[in-house]
Amino acid sequence: MFIINCPYCGERDQTEFTCHGEAHIARPDNPSEISDEEWGRYLFFRENPKGTHFERWTHDHGCRRWFNVMRDTVTDQIIKTYKMGEAKPEISNE
Amino acid sequence: MSNQNRTIYGGKVNREKPINFVFNGKSYIGYQGDTLASALLANDVHLIGRSFKYHRARGILTAGSEEPNAIVQLGLGARTEPNIRATEVELYEGLEASSQNCWPSVNFDIGAMNNFLSRIFPAGFYYKTFKWPPSMWLFYEHFIRKAAGLGQSPTAKNPDRYEQKFYYTDITIVGGGISGLLAALGAGRSGCKVLLIDENPELGGYLLDYNFSINEKDGKKWLKKIIDELDGLANVIILKRTTAMGYYDYNYLTALEKVTNHHVEFSNTLPRERYWRIRSKKVILAQGAFERPLVFADNDRPGIMMASAGQKYLSRYGVLPGKSVVLFTNNDHAYLTAFEFVEKGAKVTVVDTRDLLNARISEKCKSLNITVYKSYSVIKTYGYKKVNRIEIQQVDKNQNQLKGEVENIHTDCVLMSGGWNPAVQLFSQSRGKLKYDLKINTFVPDKIIENQKIIGSNNGQFNLQENLNESFDAGIAAANELNFNSVEKVNWTGKEEIEFTHSDVEPYMLGKKKVTKGSKHFIDFQNDVTAADIFLAQREGYISVEHTKRYTTTGMGTDQGKTSNVNALALMSHIHNKPVDEIGHTTFRPPYAPQTIGAIAGRSVDKLFDPERKTSMHEWHVENKAVFEDVGQWKRPYYFPQNKEDIHQAVKRECLAVRNSLGILDASTLGKIDLQGPDAAKFLNMIYTNAWSKLEIGSCRYGLMCNEHGMIFDDGVTSKLGENHYHMTTTTGGAARVMSWLEEFLQTEWLDMKVFCTSVTEQWAVLSISGPNSREFLKDLTNIDLSKESFPFMKFREGEVCGVKARVFRISFTGELSYEVNVPARYGRYVWEKFMEHGKKYNITPYGTETMHVLRAEKGFIIVGQDTDGSVTPNDMNLDWIVSKKKEDFLGKRSFTRSDTVRHDRKKFVGLLVNDKKTVLPEGSHIVEKALKQPPMKMLGHVTSSYYSPTLGYPIALAMLKDGFSKMGEQVVVPLMNGKIIEATVTDTIFYDKEGKRNNE
Amino acid sequence: MKYSLYNLVKNSFSYHENWEKAWSSPDLKPEYDVVIVGGGGHGLGTAYYLAKEFGVKNIAVLEKGWIGGGNTGRNTTIIRSNYLWDESAALYNHAVNLWEGLSSELNFNVMFSQRGLFHLAHSVHDMQEITRRGYSNYLNGIDAEILNQDQVAKKIPHINVNGRYPVLGALLQRRAGTARHDAVAWGYARAAENLGVDIIQNCEVKGIDISNGKVVGLQTTKGSVKVDKVGLVPAGHSSVLANMAGFSLPINSVPLQALVSEPVKPILDCVIMSNSVHVYVSQSDKGELVVGAGSDAYNSYSQRGSFDMIEHMMAPLVELFPIFSRLKMLRSWGGIVDVTPDRSPIIGKTPVKDLFINCGWGTGGFKATPGSAHVFAETVFRGEPNDIAAPFSLERHFSGALVDEAAAAAVAH
Repeated sequence: MFIINCPYCGERDQTEFTCHGEAHIARPDNPSEISDEEWGRYLFFRENPKGTHFERWTHDHGCRRWFNVMRDTVTDQIIKTYKMGEAKPEISNE
Repeated sequence: MSNQNRTIYGGKVNREKPINFVFNGKSYIGYQGDTLASALLANDVHLIGRSFKYHRARGILTAGSEEPNAIVQLGLGARTEPNIRATEVELYEGLEASSQNCWPSVNFDIGAMNNFLSRIFPAGFYYKTFKWPPSMWLFYEHFIRKAAGLGQSPTAKNPDRYEQKFYYTDITIVGGGISGLLAALGAGRSGCKVLLIDENPELGGYLLDYNFSINEKDGKKWLKKIIDELDGLANVIILKRTTAMGYYDYNYLTALEKVTNHHVEFSNTLPRERYWRIRSKKVILAQGAFERPLVFADNDRPGIMMASAGQKYLSRYGVLPGKSVVLFTNNDHAYLTAFEFVEKGAKVTVVDTRDLLNARISEKCKSLNITVYKSYSVIKTYGYKKVNRIEIQQVDKNQNQLKGEVENIHTDCVLMSGGWNPAVQLFSQSRGKLKYDLKINTFVPDKIIENQKIIGSNNGQFNLQENLNESFDAGIAAANELNFNSVEKVNWTGKEEIEFTHSDVEPYMLGKKKVTKGSKHFIDFQNDVTAADIFLAQREGYISVEHTKRYTTTGMGTDQGKTSNVNALALMSHIHNKPVDEIGHTTFRPPYAPQTIGAIAGRSVDKLFDPERKTSMHEWHVENKAVFEDVGQWKRPYYFPQNKEDIHQAVKRECLAVRNSLGILDASTLGKIDLQGPDAAKFLNMIYTNAWSKLEIGSCRYGLMCNEHGMIFDDGVTSKLGENHYHMTTTTGGAARVMSWLEEFLQTEWLDMKVFCTSVTEQWAVLSISGPNSREFLKDLTNIDLSKESFPFMKFREGEVCGVKARVFRISFTGELSYEVNVPARYGRYVWEKFMEHGKKYNITPYGTETMHVLRAEKGFIIVGQDTDGSVTPNDMNLDWIVSKKKEDFLGKRSFTRSDTVRHDRKKFVGLLVNDKKTVLPEGSHIVEKALKQPPMKMLGHVTSSYYSPTLGYPIALAMLKDGFSKMGEQVVVPLMNGKIIEATVTDTIFYDKEGKRNNE
Repeated sequence: MKYSLYNLVKNSFSYHENWEKAWSSPDLKPEYDVVIVGGGGHGLGTAYYLAKEFGVKNIAVLEKGWIGGGNTGRNTTIIRSNYLWDESAALYNHAVNLWEGLSSELNFNVMFSQRGLFHLAHSVHDMQEITRRGYSNYLNGIDAEILNQDQVAKKIPHINVNGRYPVLGALLQRRAGTARHDAVAWGYARAAENLGVDIIQNCEVKGIDISNGKVVGLQTTKGSVKVDKVGLVPAGHSSVLANMAGFSLPINSVPLQALVSEPVKPILDCVIMSNSVHVYVSQSDKGELVVGAGSDAYNSYSQRGSFDMIEHMMAPLVELFPIFSRLKMLRSWGGIVDVTPDRSPIIGKTPVKDLFINCGWGTGGFKATPGSAHVFAETVFRGEPNDIAAPFSLERHFSGALVDEAAAAAVAH
């Protein structure tokens, strides 16, 4: 049961939020020009790392905003939350 | 004779307040302050239940929540509860309990036959047999299932209520023994918000049962002063009878408070239990430790109990469980119990596994006439329903051999102490790492992960003096770390007559040579796991601790191994000749103790299981006897039966009313989203498959939404209310999904688009009137010009309806002339009633979802989720007319050209007419290539919608059919499960008014 | 030594001191024809069928922890084959056919108990869904009965058919049921070892050696090993292994929790699944209610889930069975499930030659164990999937030929 720091509302209980999978997957600008395989990769293929994961959450029972979370999938510890459109944080090697 | 084992004085029970209770049908008297276990012992009842596998006679092993043996069926009728630990049940007037897992009675239990057959029932025996013939397994299993299980489930609905409480605090302290109390005091004096949780009815823990001094004065009085001070601190909340159950990430704890379990009367106002969900900045674990059993042959008989339990029964409840007592120990501290028993009149013999004994203890034993067998071990016990004799033998110095003569001691009570195991369950749940401490032969906390402290004997620290100061300091330190002010430190000097010393013997067993030869050295009492079973598991290769646990079921009883785990691991360490650390341990999982399912469900039961969504006309529907159906959380009228009509009769009447005159549908549940912003049209172009740029203000357009896989996922009509302002409708069930879909793209993909989406589903009541008379009907009630010319099909107008501001959409889901009248939700019922009144002359007929479905099916309109299923494209549904060829891009477009999506033999949407003009095909039945006598048959498609059409007078169906568009007019067959084969003709999907004249009237 | 009642009795005279190891702990050899990575039921089963049906001699199963310690030992043990699509029905029914003979085949009682499974329908839409699926099952030769409310009430004592979401009917598969999950891993391990398979526990794969696009070896915590072919069956770590081999998967790994109640005498004789009220429950032979529900939505390898999922299992359980309210939840646990976009597995070839994968079983892998193992063994042996496995290729994510079992359950109107 995480505590998630919504970039708009502050720290709230996990039950107010929903996770929507990997972040920073941009929709192709030119879908009609890419191959079935490239399109399939955009639709379905995910990093699913054991370690630092960038993912999208919404504050459903709150401001209803989407934002990004940087979280470790082994310890489940949230490293950082940040707004949509902000740059993907670096993964530190510590 | 009653209370024959009760001492004349001593203990905390109130001998002035007798309490009547019944056990196994027999009445007994206990006293206020008793537990069920102490009251039974006082009445010389030792045989409490039968064990899981061998049905062995079992008594009372402990005096707390770790009890594996004394579990009973408590209460009667709907309030009966199985598997309740008698050691935790506070006695109340009229309590009724009975033994479990025995038939016909606990004294004479047929199942005990298993004990005599036990030689062929070692661990995992069931994996090796009952395999032949395979068809017989259900037969064998029937008997296995009957023999297994413990108590009985209630068979009536639970009449009691449970509550949940969410709680936020600075510090949660788990455990109200000396360590927890002093930590609470330290933190409490600092001004922190403290929550102190203890599972017992009384704070004080272990010290309640032993004599000790503080600053050379009576410790009990000092303890009371500490508790009084805590009681007086407004910032300290104390929860008694509350068990911390789960420790989840980010210091999220759950705890179960028994609120009225111990009450005589069942409460109408209070819940039975309250489930606490606690978020805490810091947690201090001070749960103490469990005494560890010793492992010897037949160590499970009634009358054999933990030394600390004996101490507690004697000193707290004034119960002397035996008069001729043997203490079997491997440590000094347990001698305190021997002294206590002698003082209360028992004859005590000590069997100590060690050969050296502290001189002070030796002397005191001598003075109290206690015989001490040093370097001896109990090797076997006798007695059927209660222990009456034990055998002891001398232990060789290296502890692995027995030697000398076997001696007999007659006894009626054996107290055992194998040292102490810290209660590390919660710590381990919080991902804390454990290490094996060779000095005290048990696992102790090593590495902490959460924002947490662990103190006292819970941390493997058993010395009273050290715990006094460290615990208090821990409370202050925790407060400091949360930026509360420091308070003055206090120095107490604490003394016990015998300090804890480390038990210096391997904890698992003695006389191991005897272990494997058919004797029963119990490791896990409840699940009947013996040392021989652990040996067998190792021999057969189940060497990982998890394999051993799962193969033997050790630690998997209702006590979750609180008394057995460490002994099992130590035995494995011995067998493999490896340190216990290398053996490892299994993972502790929530809950710490069994927790009531109803309490976790809390108030989310019955009507509150899930909220019911109701439209503003709902009560009218109820008053007019609508039958409802659940659509998502909504309650929608399914049909409105009149005079005992069944669904078919009602739907027929409703359908004909719409086709011939006027019907009215409550369409309020349709999802409604208000879109505003300069990029709204651009956004709609991406969201819908068709084009929106040229839609004029005041016009409506049907739209299809696909997901990025190109599959239809919602549909609805969107209208342009003004420049940059749209009103979107969605399916009832899809409203939330669509809303979140729109937001996803606006917030994550097209951040530059200026569009706001607002859900207005509940802001508007929607009255859909439909039928040839709807214009005539409505024109008397509105100031909107309804003429065909000024308000044509697929247009939207604003005005007043029945004096209420309204949005009227001329759209139709029935194929008839229709108006969807949207009024602010609070006027919904008002306008509805006006409609009903004014509509009398047109025989206005309210209709439900079933009639709506029939009418739209006659017109071939799809229902997303019924005719489509998330695997069909617009092309599959013959909806290419609504897919823009010009738009560069929209959601789902790219997927239309994948190799599987362009496959020509995909299933396509068609109509079906049965040849007999009678049979209504079941929705979900399938079209097959060829009807055969027996399945399997190759399927070509399935029926998605199917109704008797009152308008046409024969059944109609919609279906998905492989390559269906090229099969118009062909014959197909639909085999039914009852063996009938129905023949049908493939048609287009529009059965009525193919030209679409009626809704253009 | 053969497992039988005769031998059980015989061994009781020697106090069971003469039983052999069910499997041993051999050293890792320098070279194998086939290495299966992952010692769960699917992996061990694959090795067993490779040895038994395809005569492969030199096989190892590498398990990073203890065999059967992943989802094999963490699931709610439900077995059924009443899937909607032909492709799924063929795969899962192949499994049920094998389950029926598995105890004899392995000479190990896996306690496959065909006590019947009810999928409850709570709305008109649910009824349409179970009818469609029931018909599809029936025509595929899979047993299916569509029941109305009265029949459900009669067949399942104590169920509350008049709750917030009333039970309107159910789809019954009598051949469905449960099995003893651990026994599946142990039975396959023992039978595989009897055929010469090396089962190597505590051996984690740390690297995959690829030469000219072909797998040639593995780096493990117990040293390196040369291989001819590799089958990856690492549920819960599929993406991790795929990444080692240089490709990614359409998979997210999410936490799934399950729990059991305290044991009680027999009270529930069948398996209940409700997709709308959202809970699954059966009673184990030990007497515990085994309860499962949905997974958390976030990726995690922690084998822990959030508490609200537990709450969301208990409320539906009490809704369906108000009599269970006073029973006690005894133990909960978490597993990692690899979820694909269409909730169907991936079985077949990978971009690396002679490296095959069997993964993505999501929450439903246990029921498929023998079928999955059997078709995957053939895939590894032949280098090509057979007819049953073929629809489950990785390639379907590019062509769009998903086998979408979740799609049909969508609610609208």
